[in-house]
Amino acid sequence: MDRPTPLLQIHDLRLQYRVYGGALQVLDGVHLHVHVGEKVGLVGETGCGKTSTMKAVLRVLPMPPAQITGGSIRFKGQEILAMDPRTLQQVRGRGISMIFQDPTAALNPVFTVGQQLEAVLRSHWGRRADRGEIRAAALAALEEVALADPDRLLDAYPVQLSGGMRQRICIAMALATKPELLIADEPGTALDVTIQDQVLRLLHNLVEERNTSVILISHSLGIVRQLTDRVYVMYAGTMVESAPTRKLFTHPGHPYTQQLMEVVPRLSGGGIAPGIPGRIPDYLDPPTGCRFHPRCPHAMEICRREKPPAFSLDQDHQVACFLYDPAQGSPAP
Amino acid sequence: MSSLNPSRTAASPRAWRELERASRRENWGRAWYKFSHNPLSVVGLITVATIVLLALLAPYVTPYPEHAGPFTDFQNAKQPPSLRHPFGTDVVGRDVFTRTVFGFRFSLTMGVVVLALVVPPGVLLGLLAGYYHGTWVDTLIMRVTDIFLAVPPLILALAIASVLEPNLFNSMLAVSLMWWPWYTRLVYGLTAQMRNEYFTVSAEIMGASRWHILFREILPNCVSPIFTKMSLDMGWVILIGASLSFVGLGVQPPKPGLGTMVANGARYLPDLWWIALFPALAIVVIVLGFNLLGDGLRDLFAAEEI
Repeated sequence: MDRPTPLLQIHDLRLQYRVYGGALQVLDGVHLHVHVGEKVGLVGETGCGKTSTMKAVLRVLPMPPAQITGGSIRFKGQEILAMDPRTLQQVRGRGISMIFQDPTAALNPVFTVGQQLEAVLRSHWGRRADRGEIRAAALAALEEVALADPDRLLDAYPVQLSGGMRQRICIAMALATKPELLIADEPGTALDVTIQDQVLRLLHNLVEERNTSVILISHSLGIVRQLTDRVYVMYAGTMVESAPTRKLFTHPGHPYTQQLMEVVPRLSGGGIAPGIPGRIPDYLDPPTGCRFHPRCPHAMEICRREKPPAFSLDQDHQVACFLYDPAQGSPAP
Repeated sequence: MSSLNPSRTAASPRAWRELERASRRENWGRAWYKFSHNPLSVVGLITVATIVLLALLAPYVTPYPEHAGPFTDFQNAKQPPSLRHPFGTDVVGRDVFTRTVFGFRFSLTMGVVVLALVVPPGVLLGLLAGYYHGTWVDTLIMRVTDIFLAVPPLILALAIASVLEPNLFNSMLAVSLMWWPWYTRLVYGLTAQMRNEYFTVSAEIMGASRWHILFREILPNCVSPIFTKMSLDMGWVILIGASLSFVGLGVQPPKPGLGTMVANGARYLPDLWWIALFPALAIVVIVLGFNLLGDGLRDLFAAEEI
């Protein structure tokens, strides 16, 4: 590939949580990269390590109990895991910003929206900005996320606002620092579908306009399909597949991805999908070899022994599954 | 991008200010409604307000302000309560009512100074320990706190007050030294919990400094529990101060500390009962007042959080 250095590159990231009875092997060799302007989706079951990966990127994991045991995270070529606090503070906000799924918890309950938004702007602009300018910028930020009556909203406390309004404010705050990469952690999950749709559309327009790179975390395949260029599929702390969005949905490679596609409820009927048998493994004592093998209909002998590396189906489609190992001989299902 | 919603309300700034004022009035009204729901809280508030006023205006509201110091009038000594001396007079003829009101000054000073000495460092250490939850900073601060909490408070204060010269200032120092761990504990718990709240993590992600997170995100959320604890603690600190005075390690005679007066009067019980009884009742009233007020504030803040 002759593309330039990715904006963000995660290589073989390993993370564990020390708990009673041992260490939870939460991430086991996660790879991910995002190019400038690219919109990347990250899907997987609840508890598969999506949010932990992103928190590791921003270094906001509670340490202890969390512990990064290996790998690297590079932002514009700089190693985040080795950054001193000052540089890290520069990367946070200006470089990478994040939106959480619960907009209620993401706003400080004792300050008005204006106080919080202005604090973000002030920290971003430094001392040179005067009050009027900051107020104007805060108003503009609220207008940009299509909130009516921004004058009054600036003086409102978070409890006085609806969920949709709060999420818009969170988006405004996350984008106020003009980040190069925005991590959106299930930005619509806490909202009802109508508002979710509005918020996601808005987010999409805003990032398109600024050419901001995005990592969209979601367990909704529909949302990911609409809003991203490329998708990563995670299972139990491992990256099982990555492909351009269109290709992933037409030709899912990994057995897990294939099953994931099948369980999407369809309006055309056919009843409720049977789901994927089994459940997410115990992180204290994860399955040997491929972590998916106990639930995999195609599991082979080698899957129990060895961890599958990423095999390339073609240039931009990687699947971590021995079914695609040329050495195994058997053709893909 | 053109705004999707161009409809800005056309209300004038003056109308907004008027609305704001109205909503602030409403907030206070609502707070008072909640607070006054429990009559005991109101009793506490009135008691505390009265005592503070009496103490501030002591030279003007007492009949014999000169009796607060080294004054003797043996002709009027040992008089039982009467209209001239509502609480009677002591063995050297000083008006017990006057001295009790002046005694409030020492008690309140004790409470205010001790809390002023104790709250800032206690809160700061609690913030740090909570923020660095699980690291050596946490361990160091909280184990030292535990050590201080393990020593019986009155004994520690007695030991310190007896090593230093016995006076009001040293007794305040002694009480302060044993009181800060409570605030560290309180704030530690709150901070450790708020440390992982999304709004803190969110601020961190926006590039906020540690200073900002500690003092602008976490601390403001701890204010109401801290205030509640302070008003409850006023009563306890005053009580400990009175105890130290009672055993001779606090306010020194002829200054009218409430504990000192009880100690002196106790020698003349039961015949000259008024010399000890009224200062003792004064201690009860002041401690009870602050406790009732503190309970009221706690209810107020608790209801606010829902």
